[in-house]
Amino acid sequence: MSAIEVQALSVRVGAKRLLEDVSFSVAQGETIAVIGPNGAGKSTLLRTLSGELGASDGAVLLKGRAPQAWHPRDLALRRAVLSQNITVTFPFTVAEVVRMGAGERRGKAIDAMADAALAAVDLPGFRDRIIGTLSGGEQQRVHFARVMVQLACGEAEHGPGILLLDEPTASLDLRHQLDLVSVAKQCAARGTTTIAIVHDLNLAALMAERIIVLGHGRIAADGPPAATINDAMLSAVFGVTAAVGRMPDAGVPFVLPHRAEKSRAH
Amino acid sequence: MNDTIAGNAGAPPLGARLRALLTGPLLFPALLLLLAIVAIGAMVVGGAGIPLHRVPAALGLTQPIDAAMTERDRLVLLSVRLPRIAMAVVIGAMLASSGAIMQGLFRNPLADPALVGVSSGGALAAATTIVIGDRLTVQAIPLPFAILPIAAFLGSLVTTGVLQRLAMRGRATSIAIFLLAGLAIAALANAGIGLLVFVADDRQLRDITFWLLGSLGGATWEKVALIAPFLAVLLAAVPFIGRGLDLLVLGEAEAFHMGVAVERLKRISIVLIAAMTGAAVAFAGVIGFIGIVVPHLLRIVIGPGHRRLLPASACLGATLLLAADTAARTIAAPAEVPIGVLTALVGAPFFLVLLLRQRGLAGL
Repeated sequence: MSAIEVQALSVRVGAKRLLEDVSFSVAQGETIAVIGPNGAGKSTLLRTLSGELGASDGAVLLKGRAPQAWHPRDLALRRAVLSQNITVTFPFTVAEVVRMGAGERRGKAIDAMADAALAAVDLPGFRDRIIGTLSGGEQQRVHFARVMVQLACGEAEHGPGILLLDEPTASLDLRHQLDLVSVAKQCAARGTTTIAIVHDLNLAALMAERIIVLGHGRIAADGPPAATINDAMLSAVFGVTAAVGRMPDAGVPFVLPHRAEKSRAH
Repeated sequence: MNDTIAGNAGAPPLGARLRALLTGPLLFPALLLLLAIVAIGAMVVGGAGIPLHRVPAALGLTQPIDAAMTERDRLVLLSVRLPRIAMAVVIGAMLASSGAIMQGLFRNPLADPALVGVSSGGALAAATTIVIGDRLTVQAIPLPFAILPIAAFLGSLVTTGVLQRLAMRGRATSIAIFLLAGLAIAALANAGIGLLVFVADDRQLRDITFWLLGSLGGATWEKVALIAPFLAVLLAAVPFIGRGLDLLVLGEAEAFHMGVAVERLKRISIVLIAAMTGAAVAFAGVIGFIGIVVPHLLRIVIGPGHRRLLPASACLGATLLLAADTAARTIAAPAEVPIGVLTALVGAPFFLVLLLRQRGLAGL
């Protein structure tokens, strides 16, 4: 059974068609980057996969069941989500926020798990800081650590889980972007299925073994980085002219955009 | 950074250990002790002075020295002061904890049922019941005693529901829209109350004024017995909503991602807020700012986790309202300062300070 099945998915809000006839299937342990221009439906897709939004037509299945068919508590043990721009109004400490990922579980094991997660995002020693006093990138890493704890708790009970990331590297510096990629790869090695929205095409190519390109709510391309990231796709979907090169060792493509194309069919 | 690492090396100083004890395992004993001290103070002071050494005899704990005086003390304590103390404790606990729940639900440290019109909604419903109910009932059959609390509860429930609809559109809760919507709702409710004042007769007018200014003057054991179950329900609900409210702090979507049944949590919270506020308004009128001051002070001391914040708010809210009520009936004795006026006098400047300090966060 595949970890995620998306079958002829359409999502409409009012008269707006956000996603149209999207189908793909994700095997357990796959890492997928979703790319596409603004308004292509990337966030809608992620919110539908997470269970926040329902399908207007078609179906989404996580481990064989629609997200809405799970109780939120059981769903949380099988898929974890990292959103963007989370603000914490009240003065919770970093450790408290990270431990939120563990739900009702308490004790030394959870504390150790939280400490390990904080070390993995390069924030050891931040435990007792109030989260609101950290920089945007640091807060984002705290939330990533919280999501890692949630994923680990779920995987301990139900085996490899699903990790959904909405622009996880948006406010991170270069080094921490690469750190995050390596943590995601460790998860994949354990069997975690990962779907990440990534804006940086180079990072997407580096991180994922498969890339789904969305344009105008439809899938424009789906395949390994070398097959999806090319001149034709960049021109058709993003409306840019770019130089596409290959990194010498692995043949991973990289993109240097240099001109926006004048006439874009919108 | 280095400080926190180095600080773990030696034993913490005595002050820090005491602080850790008071904010940790000794928090509730300390809060209850404080409440007990204020309660004893409230028994002793007042129009008919009962010195501390006469209290045990009046309560029947020791043998009376002067039978007549003890009998008089006993009457004052049991039928006037103790019900009023109990009322202040229950209502203070409800005001503070409903404030804490509301702040958690709206992710807004400035939310307070009295400030954003929930109390006004309850008061409007109660005032409507007083005026219109009077015209509907035949002289011989007075309105049932419990109808006012029920009306106040429903009024508060409708107001909270409307506020939630207005302030929680889309994914983000706008703090500015929330406060402004609350302001508009409060203005609307107050206009309705003004209209009722206009058509009310003298007796109704006196009753309505009671709702607007707030008073614990009419406390009886019957009323305490009616209102206490509301508080019991709230305290029983804490374990079920505490974690959810913690996770809701990150946002509704994030709480759902972490396994919270968000819609159910919101419904339970709204009913609790409305029930607490409605019951408090029904028996004591509109009393503001307890719901904002108490949780805020406690968050500084014990942190924002709701499983401890809610019961701690109940304890400290009880203590604060009891102290305020004792002041209200003694500073201008034999007259009574309306308690809503007193809490606003102290609470409003506090709120302003809070608003200024939170300005960056509120995005106003």
